[in-house]
Amino acid sequence: MRNAFIRGLTALADRDRRVVLLTGDLGFKIFDDFAARFPGRFYNAGVAEANMMSVAGGLALGGLRPFAYSIVPFATLRCLEQIRNDICYQEAAVTVVGVGGGYSYGANGATHHSLEDIAIMRCLPNMTVVCPGDPVEAELATLAAGVHTGPLYLRLGRAGDALVHGSAPPFAIGRAIVVREGADCALISTGGMLPVAVAAAAQLAREGIGCRVVSMHTVKPLDEALLHRCAVEYGAVFTIEEHGLTGGLGSAVGEWLAASGVRCRLRCYGAGDGFAHLCGGQEYYRRMQGLTAEQIAGRVREALKERVQC
Amino acid sequence: MACAGTTPHVASALSCADVVAALYFEVLRIDPAAPEDEGRDRFILSKGHGCMALYAALAERGFFSEEVLDEYAREGGRLAEHPAPRCVPGIEAATGSLGHGLSLGAGLALAAKIRGQSQRVFVLLSDAECAEGSVWEAALFSSARGLDNLVAIVDYNQWSAMGRTSPYLEPLAEKWKAFGWSCVEIDGHDAGVIVAALSRAPFEPSRPAAVVAHTVKGKGVSFMENDLEWHYRPPNDNDLKRALDEIEGRRP
Repeated sequence: MRNAFIRGLTALADRDRRVVLLTGDLGFKIFDDFAARFPGRFYNAGVAEANMMSVAGGLALGGLRPFAYSIVPFATLRCLEQIRNDICYQEAAVTVVGVGGGYSYGANGATHHSLEDIAIMRCLPNMTVVCPGDPVEAELATLAAGVHTGPLYLRLGRAGDALVHGSAPPFAIGRAIVVREGADCALISTGGMLPVAVAAAAQLAREGIGCRVVSMHTVKPLDEALLHRCAVEYGAVFTIEEHGLTGGLGSAVGEWLAASGVRCRLRCYGAGDGFAHLCGGQEYYRRMQGLTAEQIAGRVREALKERVQC
Repeated sequence: MACAGTTPHVASALSCADVVAALYFEVLRIDPAAPEDEGRDRFILSKGHGCMALYAALAERGFFSEEVLDEYAREGGRLAEHPAPRCVPGIEAATGSLGHGLSLGAGLALAAKIRGQSQRVFVLLSDAECAEGSVWEAALFSSARGLDNLVAIVDYNQWSAMGRTSPYLEPLAEKWKAFGWSCVEIDGHDAGVIVAALSRAPFEPSRPAAVVAHTVKGKGVSFMENDLEWHYRPPNDNDLKRALDEIEGRRP
């Protein structure tokens, strides 16, 4: 997704001279072409994320369209109050770009994991939260962020994320993408779990269970129309995210569902409450959290067998 | 305003009132009739709690009518105890949480450079605010990018909310210089000196300018000067009368 982002940003910068890229001293070599192509529009702000976010706010107040890039925890948690006050409160058109969603930086340890960012960014007023599901969506989301009118958080995977879309689907912020149709339930995924959700649906299909797979790339605002369709048509919705279960996609869908009046079973799959202490890569941590395709397929299969208490 | 709104921070506003007045009446290239003009100079009151000085200056300068000042700290009013974004014409940024303004100003100054505009950006910080690490992140960033269109003014009244700042800030001017800024120290209550210093910035090519303005917290009202009580206490009607009598009595 990282390369897809920079591809999208280059296209944006080509047609909009206001686009400026800041990085918190991360992204070795990947920005070289951008920097060479757009002199004076790339700044390494150093390992100083708080300043970088406020500078981005100031650039936006000065009429530019800044993108501020770092690894998720440093792009969100370190500088949270700067994002809140100097971007969201001012309604500054800044795109905060977090690379390494979920366990993308698995082996780097819990300091580099991002399991709280969706929750925290989602609760900031004026903030839009976009978590593309694959590199194709990442590029489209970057292009969309460039013309978005307010603050936006773009949560990327890392490098080598699996492709889901063979070609570019219609993409709009707040409009989820149906990746696959099915007759029995909806798997609603956000961010880099999309390929896993697709694989889980394929396995369930072989067992005779049909799943609609939805890429809910925008967690705020949710695509409520599509959610409503899923809840009403199936009465069974599963959310899948590489993020803590507190405050993420599952919480957002649950909040919507509770207020909707629609009767629908909801199961949320994500990371439990806790820090990782043992070493491992992204696959290891996903497995520990029950988030592999096989595990999700099994959990969905069992959940569909439960009797609904009404 | 503090009396009518029963709000704190009157001494903080008095501390920076002379600097704010100098900016709005002599230094800033601004037009109250065109508050959104792209080429305008920008002023950010990073010590947002001193906003009574800013609101008064904006009203006096004609950005809005003086009656608007009655909305200060009133339910449903536009003038909050820390400025909200675009609450009234002339407010460039919301402030209130310390340690943000200089970075915002650096962003505005960099935007001007990128867009080839010649405006200057002035940021007024409190001295206690200089304990925020982000101030020094901004200081490094600004000098590294040669933002000579950026001016930081420190309202150096030597008070924080709980005590004295000088024990941990000194030597303050040397700190700015060590971070790559050119720095001067001035009397922050001498209008001529303030205007001369701010008009002269940048002091060196390719360097941002820091002005350490030595001030007195509560300046101009004898019983408020250097008394930390007035960081918190709203003046009552009697306090207000005493203060105004004193100030009026000094008028030539």
